[in-house]
Order: sequence, then C-alpha cells, then structure tokens
Amino acid sequence: MAWVNAIVQGILLGGLYAVLATGLSVGFGVMRLTNLAHGDMAILAAFMAFSISTSFKISPLVALLVILPGAFVFGLLLQRFVFDRLIGGDPSLQIVATFGLSIVIQNGLKKKYTADTRGLNLGKLATRSIRITKGLTIGVLPLITFLCGVGVLVLLALFLSRTKMGRAFRATSDDPDTAQLMGVDKRRVYATATGITMLTVALAGVLYGAKSSFDPFIGPATLIFAFEAVIIGGLGSLWGTLAGGIALGVAQAIGLKINAGYGELAGHALFLGVLATRPRGMFGKLDNR
Amino acid sequence: MATSSKVIRSTTASRVFAVVALLVVIVLATVPKWADVSTVRKLVDLLILIALAQMWNLLAGFAGVVSVGQQAFVGIGAYGMVVFVNNLGFGLYTSIFISALVAALISIPMGLIAFRLRGSYFAIGSWVLAEVVRLAAKANNSVGGGSGASIKVAGYSAASRSQNVYWIALIVGVGAVALTYALLRSGLGLQLQAIRDNEGGARGLGANVYRTRFVLWVVVAFWTALAGATFYTKSLRVQPDQSFSVVSWTAPIIFMVVIGGIGSIEGPIIGAIAYWFFRERFGNSPEYYAMALGLLAVGVALFLQRGVWGIIRRRFDLQLFPVRRRLSVTTEEKVSP
Repeated sequence: MAWVNAIVQGILLGGLYAVLATGLSVGFGVMRLTNLAHGDMAILAAFMAFSISTSFKISPLVALLVILPGAFVFGLLLQRFVFDRLIGGDPSLQIVATFGLSIVIQNGLKKKYTADTRGLNLGKLATRSIRITKGLTIGVLPLITFLCGVGVLVLLALFLSRTKMGRAFRATSDDPDTAQLMGVDKRRVYATATGITMLTVALAGVLYGAKSSFDPFIGPATLIFAFEAVIIGGLGSLWGTLAGGIALGVAQAIGLKINAGYGELAGHALFLGVLATRPRGMFGKLDNR
Repeated sequence: MATSSKVIRSTTASRVFAVVALLVVIVLATVPKWADVSTVRKLVDLLILIALAQMWNLLAGFAGVVSVGQQAFVGIGAYGMVVFVNNLGFGLYTSIFISALVAALISIPMGLIAFRLRGSYFAIGSWVLAEVVRLAAKANNSVGGGSGASIKVAGYSAASRSQNVYWIALIVGVGAVALTYALLRSGLGLQLQAIRDNEGGARGLGANVYRTRFVLWVVVAFWTALAGATFYTKSLRVQPDQSFSVVSWTAPIIFMVVIGGIGSIEGPIIGAIAYWFFRERFGNSPEYYAMALGLLAVGVALFLQRGVWGIIRRRFDLQLFPVRRRLSVTTEEKVSP
C-alpha cells in the first residue's frame, strides 16, 4: 500500500509539473523561445504571494487574484522589451539574455527576502486530506493542484482549437511569415503567448509555494522539472506535457520512497532514459530543436 | 584591368601583439619569484577564469554549442583530486592531469545524450546532466557525501605548492588561449567558423557538423576540468553544492564571455580580467554585483551582440589573434594607349 500511496502522490505532483511545463511548451511552440528564467519567475510569483498574504493577512490563494493579472501584464512587457528582440535570432543570445534575467531575479530575491526558506501559509487546507482506504489518503491541496493542472491544459486546448487567437497561435507556430501574410499580427500573437505563459508560470509558482518551502535559488530546479516534463511527454503535445509531468512526478516519488536522496535523481534518470531511447518523447510531434 | 588577390591571415598589429603577449607571459612566469603569496593566489584565480571563459567561448562562440552545464567538468576536476590524491594516493600534480582525462572520458557519454537536443534545449539538457553528476557525488560517501572533502596536501610545503599551482595555472590559462588559437587556425577551425556562419552551407561542402562539435565538446571538457582541478588544488576544500554550482561557475563564465565579446579570442580575456578586477571591489555586496552582471549580459545580448571587443574591433579594425582569413584584392588599371 505504501507503494500505491507513493505513486498516487507522484501522479498528483505531476499535475503541478504540468502547469510549470505548459508555459515552457507554449513559449517554445509558438515563438521558438526558451526562457531560462522560467523557474525563477515562478518563484518570484511565490514570493509575491508570500508578501501579499502576510501583509494583508489573506490566503495566498486569494492573492492569486492580484498576481495572475499582474503576471499577464508582466508577460506583455517582457515580450515588448526583451523577447521581441530575441525571437527568430541566434539561440545563444536567447540563452544568455534569459539566463541573465534568471541571475538578476535570484539575487534580487535574495537581497529582498534573504536566503531563508519560506512557505505559504494555507491554514487548515494544507493538512486536510481525504481517506480513500487504509493506508491511502489524498491531501486536499495536492488534489487541488492536480485539478488546476488538468484545468489549465483543458482551457489551453480549448483556446487553441476553438478561438480565433488560438488559430493564429497554431498558424504562427507552423510558419510565422506566411501567417503574417494571411493577416495574423505576429507581435500580438507573441505578446499574448508570453502573457499566457506568465499566467501559468505565476499559478505554478504559487501552487509550488503552497506545496513545499522555497528560497530565492530554487528557480532553476523548477525550470529543470518543467523541461524534463516537456521532453518526456514530447514537444508540441499538450497532453504529452501532462503525461510527462505525471511520469516525472511518479519517478520522483518512487525514487524518494527507495532513498531520501534519490527523488530528484530518479526523475533525471527517467528523463535521460527517454532521451536516449525515444528522443521525441512519448507523444512528440516536433523535433527537439 | 588586372586584379590580384591574396588571402591575408596576420596583420602588423597582430605581429606586434604576438611579441607583447610573449613578453607578458615571460613576466607572468616570474611572478612567484618576486610577488607576495596573496597576489600569486589572486593571479591563479584570474588565469583559471581566463581558461574557463576561453573554453566556454570555444564551444558557444565558435561551435554554436551553448552549454549551461560546464560546472559538471569543474566539479569532476575537483572530485578527481579527492579520488586520486586522497583515496588512491596519487601525486598532487599528476592527479590534476588524470582528473582532466577522466572528465574527458565522462564527457563522451554525456555528450552522446546531450547532443540529441539542440539550441536552447541542449543548454538545459547539459544543465540536467551537471545536476546528475552533482547528485551522484553527493550520494557517494567515499568522497564525503553532502559535506564534501578536503584535498590532502600533507608532505607538500605551502610555499612550493603555491608556486607550482601558479605555474600550472599559467599553463592552463595561457594554454587555453593558445589551444583556441591553434584550433581555430586549423582545418577544424575553418569548419567551425563555416558551420557557425551557415550550417547548411558548411554541411553541403563536406563539414561534419556533429563530429566537429563532439570533438570540441570533449576537448573543452578536458580543459575545463584541468582548470577546475587546478583551482581546487589551490583552495583545497571540495563541496558538491559549491564545486558543481551553476551560479559559482557557469554564470560568471557566461557573463565574462558575453560582456567581453563572444566569438572572439580577445573578448573572453577582456571579460575575465574585468570580472576578476571588479569582483575584488564589489566583494562586500555580491548580490548587487551579480545583478549588475546579469543586467549587463541581458543588455549586451539585446543591443551589443559582440560585446566590448566588438566595439574595439569595429572602431580600430583590430585583430590581435588572426583566426579569420581575409581576402585582399588589389586592382591596377592599365592605361590604354
């Protein structure tokens, strides 16, 4: 039963990784842009939730009402002033610029909040759980996190398949120049894509902060988990990203069950195994470019 | 009208510079004989930084392979010292070389996996591999587990060790520059620059892109570990989270190269000297220093892609390390009768 429990917890954790990974997936799919500060931006949102909830004495989940719109606007600005100059250019410049942002955010957070670990206080919600059978209980918070992950992916899938903007996203992803000729405003698509990415990043960051403690330097680890989920699931597939997140969550939970030091390592091992045997991931459509 | 053309590789400036550089190296070699210990230690840091920057630049600036996982090889160099000196009883200085060889060997399977990814995905993939090596070192109690180990130097006098480490660092630092220069002037370098400028075209003309990049990846792993092992022979304390830290190693490496000027030999040297010089001055507020460097790197990537050296080169048309082949065409008009 202990193993079943570990696997169930892993699946629930996978929902969080899927939210984290979606933003990376969208950014890459639509703009061919990889943001190495992705994880740091998520942690920035977690610190925002920490500040807002402690100074106004409200739940960090309520703070999302402020953080999510803020994140969207942040995304628009980020696109306008930084990413716009990087898209379509030399990939090494993307890496350097976003890596620079990552270091700026980490050190800024350290200066403001010190290097201490923080946690988001969710009150009773943090400990409440549902008992399924003897030895198997599901925490309410991990369940909410998982459902958020699935919800985000469903909304995104609907957006991409049903809306005009979603169609413009897909067209730009396939061929930005032809899409532009057909009347798609490329810059608007990119701005919206970055806005949506930052929405998911902020949501993921706050959910991450609700699940476990965080410090200013944890961002790269979350970037790596998101990236692993994307690659395991396969590029260009939203449901693949969810499956990748779940696979990663389960691998980590099983590793952790074997030995306290093996959680992350087991996740990395799964990632490397997938990369070695199925470089396109489980449901991949795109090449790993 | 007659046109004559020839390929120019060196210039007067580069020949003068070669003489000056030789003199600088000779002076540097005598430093331990007249400078105090703390100066010698600081110069070791500088030489190691130059080596690390030059090696990352060789990959990123010339082969288009941007790694965020170079801390893996610094750390493997450091841990190689722990294994060979502490656990196996090898000599201190031979262990530096052996550790680098081991790093080159380990880089082969790492490269086989990482090279399945391209561009920015390769960058994150190399980072994951470095994390795996860090976690593996941390889980291994024979090298001190989570708290690490100190390299044993009993039997070596502090004074002679300081001198020897300095001379090794000089070889590693100057060697990194010389190696880059030699590689870029060779056929491999011609392929590299062709690949960088137009990958498809270079492929069509017979450049083996994968093999060229792979060879370079292994060479860079070797030299990066050599620098790492030398650094830790000076500082002695090896810890998994510090020796394999992306923030302590790869972040400054990237900033030095990018700010100095990626894709040139001069840029990383300028970047390393500037980073080393200002680090001393901003030592009491490392967060602000890191933030300033990060912002500067973002700015350079957005607006000034060839960095400081790019400005100098454009302004004065200068090339101190002539690695490009330039075509000089002279046209003489014949006066018709």
